[in-house]
Amino acid sequence: MSKENNPSVHIMRSPLGRARGLGAAKHGAAHWWAERATSVALLPLSLYFVVSVLLLKGADHAAMAAYMAEPWNAVLFLLLIATMFYHVSMGLQVVIEDYVRDDAKRLMTLLVVKGGIWVLALAAAVSVLKLAFS
Amino acid sequence: MKDVREALMVGRNSEGKLVRRPLSPHLQVYKPQVSSATSIFHRITGVALSAGTILLVLWLVCAASGDSAFSVIQAFLASGIGLLVLFGFTVALFYHFCNGIRHLAWDAGKGFELPDMHRSAKLVAAGTIILTVAFWVIAFVVG
Repeated sequence: MSKENNPSVHIMRSPLGRARGLGAAKHGAAHWWAERATSVALLPLSLYFVVSVLLLKGADHAAMAAYMAEPWNAVLFLLLIATMFYHVSMGLQVVIEDYVRDDAKRLMTLLVVKGGIWVLALAAAVSVLKLAFS
Repeated sequence: MKDVREALMVGRNSEGKLVRRPLSPHLQVYKPQVSSATSIFHRITGVALSAGTILLVLWLVCAASGDSAFSVIQAFLASGIGLLVLFGFTVALFYHFCNGIRHLAWDAGKGFELPDMHRSAKLVAAGTIILTVAFWVIAFVVG
């Protein structure tokens, strides 16, 4: 058979080398797993948050500051803030990707929402730290 | 057609005219089911809770800013509108909490049979009501 009738492509990489870095590479489920991991972590953390809200009902500033000055309360609030906003970020990403059709609009919406989430999360964390160390 | 996905939605009506067919599940004409209702409510409460985080951040920032700012937000939360917002917050939180457990059970491969799924939906509704009532009873009767 002549070479003209038998086209071929020469690739200077081994089949294993090509498989690595292509395809799923076991990273495709990271988002799914992170959603579940934050869900499980948020079960006790959100119950702790609900109890905190009940304890701080009608609290004055001194009582609130005293509550956050307890190391465990500050730690649990920081954990709640980190886990909750990570969960919120992934959840809203899925909703946006489902409903915003246009590629440019979808990208812009994701950037704005994720940027806003960073601002909220940092504002909450810095506030807790300020109360904890004041 | 704006993109290739819409090619799947093009069909002919009874007069032979090319039309854009509705995408399923077309919520306006689709009969509500326990599965679809609990699913969309999980998403709605999730988005509502995401918006609700703004209130939590405001509360913490006011606490960090000082006495006067914190008394303003505490007074707002104790007002009629504040309590209404907080009531919605608790309903959304406890629903998303209970239905989230249901989703985690599905992720573990449990409870897919239709009778199981309907029973767990009732448990979620009951759990939401019990937790919400318990919260407000503790807040105003016990606390």
